[in-house]
Parts: sequence; structure tokens; C-alpha cells
Amino acid sequence: MKPFRYDRATSPAAAVAAVAADPQASYLAGGTNLVDHLRLGLTEPGLLVDVGGLPLHEIEELPDGGLRIGAGVANSDLAADRRVRERYPVLSVALLSGASGQLRNLATTGGNLLQRTRCGYFQDVTEPCNKRAPGSGCAALGGWNRYHAILGASSHCIAVHPSDLAVALTALDARVRVLGVDGERAIPIDDFYRLPGDEPQRDTVLEHGDLITAVDLPPLPVARNSGYRKVRDRASYAFALVSVAAAIRIEDGTVADVRIALGGVAHRPWRAHTAEQALHGAPSTVEGYAAAAARELSAADPLPGNAFKVPLARSVLTSVLTQLAEEAR
Amino acid sequence: MTEPVTVRSIGTDLVRRDAWAKVTGTAPYAVEHPVRPRAYLYPVQATVPRGTVTAMDTAAAEAVDGVLAVLTHRNAPRLADTSDAELAVLQSPAVGFAGQFVAAVVAEHPEIARQAAGLVRVEYDRMAHDAQLDPDSSELYAPDSVNPSYPTDTLDGDPDAALAAAAVQVRQTYRTAMYHNNPMEPHASYAHWDSDGLTVYDSTQGVHVVRSVLARTFGIDAERVRVICPYVGGGFGSKGTVHAHAVLAALAARALPGRWVRVVLTRQQMFCLAGYRTPTIQRVGLGADRSGRLTALTMDVVEQTSRIKEFAEQSGMPARTMYAAGTRRTTHRLAALDVPVPSWMRAPGECPGMFGPEVAMDELAVACDLDPIELRIRNEPDRDPDSGLPFSSRNLVGCLREGADRFGWHDRDPRPRRMVDGWLVGSGVAASTYPVNQMPGATATIRYADEHYTVSIGAADLGTGAWTILGQIAADALQVPVEQVRMRIGDTAFPYASVAGGSSGTTCWGGAIVAAARAFRSRYGDRPGDGAEAEGTLPDNPERKHWAMHAFGAQFAEVRVRPDSGEIRVARLLGVFACGRIVNPRTARSQFVGGMTMGLSMALHEDSVLDPRSGRVVNHDLAQYHIASCADAPSVQAYWLDEHDPYVNPMGSKGIGEIGIVGTAAAVANAAWHATGVRVRELPITCDKLLG
Ligand SMILES: Cc1cc2nc3c(=O)[nH]c(=O)nc-3n(C[C@H](O)[C@H](O)[C@H](O)COP(=O)(O)OP(=O)(O)OC[C@H]3O[C@@H](n4cnc5c(N)ncnc54)[C@H](O)[C@@H]3O)c2cc1C
Ligand code: SF4
Repeated sequence: MKPFRYDRATSPAAAVAAVAADPQASYLAGGTNLVDHLRLGLTEPGLLVDVGGLPLHEIEELPDGGLRIGAGVANSDLAADRRVRERYPVLSVALLSGASGQLRNLATTGGNLLQRTRCGYFQDVTEPCNKRAPGSGCAALGGWNRYHAILGASSHCIAVHPSDLAVALTALDARVRVLGVDGERAIPIDDFYRLPGDEPQRDTVLEHGDLITAVDLPPLPVARNSGYRKVRDRASYAFALVSVAAAIRIEDGTVADVRIALGGVAHRPWRAHTAEQALHGAPSTVEGYAAAAARELSAADPLPGNAFKVPLARSVLTSVLTQLAEEAR
Repeated sequence: MTEPVTVRSIGTDLVRRDAWAKVTGTAPYAVEHPVRPRAYLYPVQATVPRGTVTAMDTAAAEAVDGVLAVLTHRNAPRLADTSDAELAVLQSPAVGFAGQFVAAVVAEHPEIARQAAGLVRVEYDRMAHDAQLDPDSSELYAPDSVNPSYPTDTLDGDPDAALAAAAVQVRQTYRTAMYHNNPMEPHASYAHWDSDGLTVYDSTQGVHVVRSVLARTFGIDAERVRVICPYVGGGFGSKGTVHAHAVLAALAARALPGRWVRVVLTRQQMFCLAGYRTPTIQRVGLGADRSGRLTALTMDVVEQTSRIKEFAEQSGMPARTMYAAGTRRTTHRLAALDVPVPSWMRAPGECPGMFGPEVAMDELAVACDLDPIELRIRNEPDRDPDSGLPFSSRNLVGCLREGADRFGWHDRDPRPRRMVDGWLVGSGVAASTYPVNQMPGATATIRYADEHYTVSIGAADLGTGAWTILGQIAADALQVPVEQVRMRIGDTAFPYASVAGGSSGTTCWGGAIVAAARAFRSRYGDRPGDGAEAEGTLPDNPERKHWAMHAFGAQFAEVRVRPDSGEIRVARLLGVFACGRIVNPRTARSQFVGGMTMGLSMALHEDSVLDPRSGRVVNHDLAQYHIASCADAPSVQAYWLDEHDPYVNPMGSKGIGEIGIVGTAAAVANAAWHATGVRVRELPITCDKLLG
């Protein structure tokens, strides 16, 4: 752990200016991930810019009927919001399945999206890890990889993104609002996260200095019939082995609209485009859901340590869709 | 017979004397004592599993403002005794496992110490290492004895022949994982040297153990070492022996006379420096006739120890005592690996050693088409098969029967895969046992003043309730109300107490207190004057030569498994125990329930993943090393039989701290089979093993 300076940002623009100007600077929100990393020596910023005091704590209605979630909204407040629970239940359930009550009180929307992988080797500076120390190798490949990726991984990194919130947001087509030195932009969440490729040190498309200000949810009637299922190694307080966020609308026995994202399977929340395409307009049957799940997972390339995730993801995805379809009737 | 105490307070559920202090956070743990002036130590740990330190650059660390000293094997004070390689801290450049101390920084602030420790550069000559437990390795060896001093192997008749000839045979291999104790309070010490000697505030299960080990290690008289530990935030065995950090604290304090040097292990460091339970591989053979009577029982265990120091877990022990069998063999073989030093963890031996045999008994019950409770009853021995002695009391059958009633076992359909509300539901049973241990030498003093009896003994309360129940024992031994007794424990300034281990505290310390009370009354009668004082030492118990002394229990589990994911939850755990007289139902229940919950955690969650390439535990924090959460243990119930055993000690009590964890994992595994039809023989039972 190395000494660092600490500043409280007075405005979003000032925060961006401060961090962009200093390659050793980092934003600090709830600190539930970053402070651990400081202690473990995974990151050694020279300056922490605390964004906790910025006016980013509101959940607002958007003119189009969507919601804008400030980057500073606590995970527990977001999960409890009545509008979220009615219009986007998947989001609330996903949040409540993560971490613990105490952590959710501190953790913020922005920090949650940018939390880093829980790969055990990433979190141990004595181990080779391309994500933490590019070019040093990947200890997980030949090591303990029960929690690691079965989809979209590379020979450089097989880590998974740990956020439950991000999986729900991916199913909901959320847009991440970002303030950078060149002004504000909105990034569809499906373009926000990266696959590891040969640059696993980059989790997202953000540049140094980019500040998340909010996440926008589109108006999405299908989301009223949505759910989140998280399979984990204990009943609470554990990261996902596999998780499924889904929303579905059935009309006259056929699938009129469906959104699916998987967690715990890839370097990013995994939008199940293949399964969605297979289901659009198809009859709502268990066999149909199973076939769509199988098609999505046919691209899986697991390791011996995590091969069980392929049938697990297939099975749980089938169950979630079947159950949501039943509830849609 | 031992001379029994007439009970009045014993048996009542007195509220814990330390309860208020504990829940308000005012009970001081080791490094919460307000000592001054302080210095803070942060260690540098080896990054190779085996080798030699060839170069060390401490200049950058020394240059940091606020650094008081950087200790390495080159400049650290010499120890008088380095025969215990775990404790020979900074005495040589040799590295015996990844994570071992190779240097330490002492500074004015903990953050500075940690920062400077990160600046120490160490180079190693790395040697080929072996950190993979392989049951077929040619280098396995038989230790001279197993913990603490039991025979390594036993043989009775020709079990292989009997097994081969048996009408019904079960031969399977069972595995338990590597486990870490993980008490809430980390291992921590404050150490201070001055002309009087060494004073240590330590988090320990035995202040006198720490004193004698530090005195020996530093080559000074035990009288010159004082160890203080009034409260402990859990230990589970990992604080029963002295670990390297306590020596390091004392070493650094010696280099900085007058300063209180603080060492607190981080959670990650606890995974290599505070002991752990070895993984075990258990080859179990059961041979029986068609009615289920055992004709052969074999239990061959392979475990690991560290190359630098041997610890041989006695996992074969319960198989020596549990059941009658025509022939029997138990063996222990060890692999000496380049890994951290294993040590005690709640019920060493009994806990892992009941997993294989009790699952095998379930498999045998299925093979014989017998109820698993009936199978166990049919194999009740009339004497202890190990020692040949009669049992002072043995109520396994009573526990099984009472448990069956309370659990609702009688309606059970033995066929697996019952479905309820979309979940596969099953139930399972297993037996548990734990010996009645007694260690010599515990001594107590009782002094009367101001209408109060002050009882002093260097005992430890790890959260078990010793503060409370020792007062109850003293009150009854003195025949006074418990309010008139003041306890003083946890300090070597008080008389010698044996370690809080082997579930022996109540027997040993309680026995000493009873002896002191009897000496007090015989000298001063019922009307002592102020200042009256007497001492008593735990007497030998001659009955131990004539009786085998063990506690027994029965564990019942109901599990639910989600068919589409294999996720498993323990809906109910219920245990019934026969442990002699229960001194305090409140503290006893919490020991049983805590032990059972830990057993549930072992069954489903706990698993230290040792990477054989690095010799390190990868999941070395509580986010990754899963311990059962509240949601995992919705219903854990403990009951006990009214057991009278006049032979064990004057209180009639048996140890209760460990038996709760014994057998639980087997009960859960047996229930998992009943729910799914899948027999999991390797812990933990995770969803991937059940996903059909
Ligand atoms: C034991 C444990 C269990 C957990 N279990 C789960 C779980 O099951 N599921 C789950 O989803 N999560 C889990 N978490 C993770 C938790 O959700 C995250 O730690 C938390 O959401 C991070 O939010 P924060 O505000 O504390 O972020 P910080 O720790 O403050 O920051 C995290 C990162 O985001 C950056 N950052 C923060 N805000 C912004 C912003 N506005 N713009 C740009 N960058 C920003 C920081 O610079 C930093 O790099 C767990 C955490 C712990 C410790
Ligand atoms: S999987 Fe990724 S994060 Fe983990 S060790 Fe490999 S490179 Fe590092």
C-alpha cells in the first residue's frame, strides 16, 4: 500500500479534469472494491478523487418513460425504488442477490459497473495475471478456474465480470452516460464492456478520466415480466457461478419479445442474442426454450474446471424462460 | 467413582458473564489493550514454496519515514531453540513454504509498516517443490504416532480376507478438503521486553502454552514471560498451538526494547501461518453379513503434513471405537509436502475421520436394505473395540432413537428422489463421537475476601462460556451462590491451566477448581476469614484405567436439491448428544449448534484450494473461502440426553466443544444421496456434483 492524495470532487466536470490530468488518479465511490484493491496492492493510485459528494444520487423519470439512475445511487436504494421494482423487477432482484446488506448500502451504481473481476489470481500480486500485469501470463488457465469464463474468453484471460447489476442492465438495453474531457456521451451497455482479447487489462471501453454520471433505462414494457436467477455456492453472499437475467412477453402462445443476459460466464455480461433470435416469434414451449438455450451455449469453450457451467447455464436458462413464460400468461 | 459435586448452579442456564462486554465490543481482544508506546509490524512473506533467500534489499524500506527496524534472517536476534521449524522465525535463509516470514518491518504506524514491507526486495534460489497430495505417491510414510500420541496403525485379525469373504462389501474412497479455522479475531499479539522479561498480549487458547513455548524458544525462564488473554474472538484449535507470528512479535520487541510491538495477521496471511486441517483421502472397506453385522472394517487414511514440521491428524481414530467388527485395520500415511504447517482444527481426527466411515455405513445400509439407524444399532460394541475396556457410558443408541423421534425419521421412505414443491428432498443420519480427554496439571486458587470467593486459573474462554461455567462449578464446589464467585482467567499470573483443546477445558480446569474448593473448605470450613486462600490441582483420575470414556451423538439432516441446477440447501439439522452432565444448557447449546453449523459448512462450502504450482491457497479470503451464511443454516437444533457418568470427573461432564462438528458432513452427504440418488464421496458437496 502506497501513500496517496485524497480530494473531494466539487462538480462532475472538476472531477473529470482532476482525474484526466493525472494518469495516477482514480475515482473513489463507495470504496467497497477499490479500497480492498489498495490494501492488496492491486492498484496504486497517487490520487483518489472522491465522487461521493457529487449530485448523482437521484433516480429520475425520463421524458420517454424510462428512468435515469444517478451513478452515485446506492445499490440498496436502487433495489428498493418502487418504480424499479414495478417496471424493471429483474434489476431489483439482481441487486438484492449481490453482496450483503452492508455492502449494498455503500456500493454505488457507477462503482458496481466498474468493479473488477474476482479471479483469485488477479487479486494476488504474487501471481502472474495479464489483467493486472499485462504480459505476465494467466495463472487461472492452468489453475483454479471454477468461476471462470466459458464464453468469449481468450488465451490471455478467462476472467468473468462479477456484477449482478450489469447483467440485469444488459438484458434491459441500458445506456451508460459518461462524462469525459470531450463532453458527455451515452454508450449502449452492450458496447460498454469488452471481451478480453489480447488486452484483458481493459474491462470496458472507457478512457482514463471518463466519469460515469448515470445509467438510463429505456421504457420497456416487456421488463415488467422479468426475473433474475443466480446460481451460487452458498445461499447468499457469493458471486454467481451462472446467472440469468431475462424478460419475456408472450402473445397468442408465441414469443413476442424476449431479452436475455447471462452472468458468470464471460468477461462481460453476456447478452444471449443467439437465443433471443431463435425465440422471436417462436412458439412458447419448454422444448423451444431448451433448444434456444442449447444454441446459445453451443459456442461455449470451457475448461475442465468449469465445464459444469455449460449444462448448468443451459438448464437454468431453460427454467427461467419457462417460468417467466408461465407467469406471462 | 470420582467424588461428585452436589449441583445447584451447575445445570442452570446462567447468562454468560462476558455477554454484555462481548456484544458491546468492550471485551478487549489481544491488540485492543491500551498499551504504550507502540510499534507496528508488517511481515514480508516468501513468494516461493521451497528454496533459499539469496539476496535481500531493505534499503528502500529503511528509508521510509517512520520505519523503526527492518528485520531479516541476517540481523534478527538469535533464538535459543530452533528445533521447531515453524517457530524458528528469521533464523536462516531457508524457505519451507510459500507465505513463510522472510523479513519484517516495524514502524510508527501500521500503514507505514505495510508500505515499507512492500519495498523489501527478496531474491530466491527456488528449489523443486511438491505441493500436491497424491495417495499413490511412493513417498508416503508412516508417522511414529498420530496426534497427540496415538498408535499410527492398528490391526485386529485379517480384515482383508474377511472383507473379501463378506456377503456384503463396501469399498470406497472418500475425500475431505483442506480447511482453515478462520476465527473472527485474527491471530494477533502485542509483545514487550524490558529488564523483567517478556510480556505478551496474545490471542490464544492457552496462556501457559504460549509462555512455555516462548520461554523455551528465547531461552529464558518461564517466570520471566507473562502472557495475558482474557478474551478470545474464536480459535477452533488454530490458537491452541503457538504460531510463528507470536515469535515474530517477541523477536521484534526484543530488537526494540520498551516498545509494544503489534502483529496482526491479515485474513490472507491466516491461510498460511495459522494452521489448517489437512485434506484427507480415506479408503474405507466394510464387510458385513446379510443382516448387516460387520465382519471387517478397514480405514486407510492418507494426509499431508509440511516437510518442515510434522502434524499427523488422527483421522483413523473414530473407526477404532465406533462399531463392533470381527476384524479391523486402521492406518495413517503422510505425504510431507512443501506447504504450510497443518495443525488442530475443531475435532482433529474425529471430524474428517467420521466422514468416510459414516457415509460407508449409509452405503452398507442401502446394500443390506436396512434402515441406517438399525444398522448402527446392530453393530453396537459391548466394549470399546480399541482398548478392550468397558465404556464408562455409551449412549449412541439412545441418541439415535431420540433423534429419530424428534426428527420424524420413522415416516421416511428409504427410496431416493422424493420431490416436494419442485425440490428433491432427502434425509440422512450419521453418528458422532468424541473422547473424554484429560490433561494433567491444571491448578486453581481460591481466595476469600469481602464475602466473595475469587477463583484464579489461567484458563481461556474462546467464546465457549468458560468464564461462566467455571464460576458455576466453583459455586457448587464451594456450596455458595454463584453471585459470590469472582472468576479470574486468561493470565499466566494465575495458576497453570492446560490448553483449551480436546474439549478438555471443563474437565481439567473444573477438576482443579473442585480440588481447590475442597482444600479450601477442609482448611477453613464454612466461615473463612478475609484473606483465606487455598490451592488445588487436578488429580489423576484412576478410573481412566478401567473405563473407555467417550461422548456420542447422532446427527440428522434434511436437504433440498434443485433439480435444474444441483443447488443444495440443508433445510434442517438436528443433533442429539450424550455428553454426561451439561453444566450450562445455554452455553452448551451454542457449542453444539456452532459445531453442527461448522459441519454443515464443511459439507457444502468450505474448501481451501491449494494451487500445487505455487503452494498457496488461492481462495484465501472470506469472499472466496465460503463459510455457511445465515441463509444456509435456517434450522439447526441440538438436544441432549440426561447422561450420568460417575467416572469421568466430579462434575460428571464430558467435553462438548467439538462433537457437534463430528458426523455432520456425513449426515448431509447421506441426505444428499437420499434426495438425488447421487453418492458424493468428496467434500464439499457442490451443485456441479449433483447436477444430473
Ligand atoms: C465480499 C463482497 C461480496 C460481493 N458480492 C457481490 C455480488 O454478489 N454481486 C455483485 O454484483 N457485487 C458484489 N460485490 C461487489 C460490490 O457490488 C462492489 O464492490 C460495489 O458495487 C462497488 O461499488 P463502489 O461504489 O463501492 O465502488 P468503488 O470501490 O468505489 O469503485 C470501484 C471502481 O469503480 C470506479 N468508479 C466508481 N465510481 C465511478 C464513476 N462514477 N465513474 C467512473 N469510475 C467510477 C472506481 O475508480 C473503481 O475503479 C461484492 C463485494 C464484496 C466486497
Ligand atoms: S483469468 Fe484474467 S484475471 Fe485471472 S489470472 Fe488470468 S489474466 Fe488474470
